[in-house]
Amino acid sequence: MHARVFVTLKPSVFDPQGKTIQEALHTLGYPGVQDVRQGKYFELDLDAPTAEAARALAAELADKLLANPVIESYRIEVTD
Amino acid sequence: MQFSIVVFPGSNREHDAWHVARHVLGESATYVHHKESDLKGADAVILPGGFAYGDYLRTGAIARFSPIMGAVRAFAERGGPVIGICNGFQVLVEAGLLPGALLRNERLKFICDFLHLRVDSLDTPFTRRARPGQVLCIPVAHGEGRYFADPDALAQLERQQQVVFRYTDPEGRLDPAANPNGSVNAIAGICNAARNVVGMMPHPEDACETELGSRDGLVIFESVLDAVASGVGANGGGAHVSTAAMGAGRRP
Repeated sequence: MHARVFVTLKPSVFDPQGKTIQEALHTLGYPGVQDVRQGKYFELDLDAPTAEAARALAAELADKLLANPVIESYRIEVTD
Repeated sequence: MQFSIVVFPGSNREHDAWHVARHVLGESATYVHHKESDLKGADAVILPGGFAYGDYLRTGAIARFSPIMGAVRAFAERGGPVIGICNGFQVLVEAGLLPGALLRNERLKFICDFLHLRVDSLDTPFTRRARPGQVLCIPVAHGEGRYFADPDALAQLERQQQVVFRYTDPEGRLDPAANPNGSVNAIAGICNAARNVVGMMPHPEDACETELGSRDGLVIFESVLDAVASGVGANGGGAHVSTAAMGAGRRP
């Protein structure tokens, strides 16, 4: 099974990298970009029998290592 | 006394700490490799600066799983004095031995400069010899030093006087211009609830000799010498610190 984990900074955490990217996009002539938040994306190849098991395993990995719950939250997508 | 200095792959300030312990203080010091599980008779533990595991994923995120960290946690729970400097501070927050997190500097710039810090708590083994409100001139060298804690955790830190150092102007006054990285409440260093684990972004080990521009960092090391001589710590009969009293961890 494959799982994708998207890790993003919580809304309350200032993201200076995202802000800088947004400003660069404005400079490039895209004034309609109202906000940018930069995050992390993981592709996991998992030995798991079912989608539910893969999701549970991915969540465990995210809790233990991929995300820091003090500053980040995550979202998981599972595919075959 | 014995300083044990933990060396992770990517640590780069371990010799600076060793030099202060051995040559400036004239004490014993030893390196402890991250794959070891014994702190070699430590009276105090130093997690040095650098870029452990290349700062991959997040600063300190991989280092916290090193075998030696089990021994560091046990030493801290026995009341032993532990200080994490710069990257060592980042490892301690990732390990849950200190609360909060350290994020990319607000203005995205790696800062390498002498700054001023005010000592806001003398009630730690690393600050007991400082004067109340003493201002130290100590260098920083970091790109990810913006201390963050959510409002509840921050209120608890302030209530329990766990903020040990704040960035100030040379007179010890808070000033947004003196905060180099956007740290919340100008926090440069904190301690745990049991007060024996301290983390700080600035580098006191690089400010212990006149030739290096400042001797203000020496008080940190003289304090822990004094503390250990007074019986504070894991080996001197100090009170056992329960994990609950440590009160820091997001990941017990």
